[in-house]
Amino acid sequence: MRTWVTHDVIDPAAVLAEVGAPEHGAAVLFLGTVRDHNEGRAVVSIRYEAYEAMAARVLAETAAEAAARVPGVRIAAVHRVGELRVGEVSLAVAVSSAHRAEAFDVARHLLEEIKRRLPVWKEERYAEGDRRWLEGQTPPVPQEAGR
Amino acid sequence: MRVRLLLFAQYRDLAGTSELEVELPDGATAATLVDVLRSRGGGFERIPAAAAVAVNQEYVSPDTPLRDGDEVALIPPVAGG
Repeated sequence: MRTWVTHDVIDPAAVLAEVGAPEHGAAVLFLGTVRDHNEGRAVVSIRYEAYEAMAARVLAETAAEAAARVPGVRIAAVHRVGELRVGEVSLAVAVSSAHRAEAFDVARHLLEEIKRRLPVWKEERYAEGDRRWLEGQTPPVPQEAGR
Repeated sequence: MRVRLLLFAQYRDLAGTSELEVELPDGATAATLVDVLRSRGGGFERIPAAAAVAVNQEYVSPDTPLRDGDEVALIPPVAGG
């Protein structure tokens, strides 16, 4: 399993190369990319900001949890930060397993947890020159004091 | 006690700073910190009372006690992916 947060361009082939095994018959690669529109407005770029140390830690935790769902599954995940133009890859998740159903299931589960928990924020920059932080999801916090 | 506070995204914009040291009474919890900050005014009052808090890079419940030297972050609703 390999997870990381980067300021550099993500190479999808390199992420995919982190997974796979002779006994695996399926590999899934998901890419999140910057879209040119949102809520009816033309988007030029998105600036991704992260609490980087914590994001790296949460990404590793979520991947470990996803991996625990299927014995032997292999996972790689990377989230980029900084200003990304339309079409650039912000997130890549690769999962390999013996059969396709588990690979899709694990990848989907990991993606949803990343969106729920990773301390990352995005500021959209619009064609008109203004910018806006996108509304996010409130991350789940423990119900009881843990220390 | 003193904690190191980190602010991100919208909360940083509201507060006008990304990092500061905060003096707190002994026995302070994560919720105490949010209350103390909100009472400062100057934009801090617009940070939600229910803001999520992370201590030393882990999400915590509001009643979690803080300790001298903790790294505490207010986490706006997250939007990764």
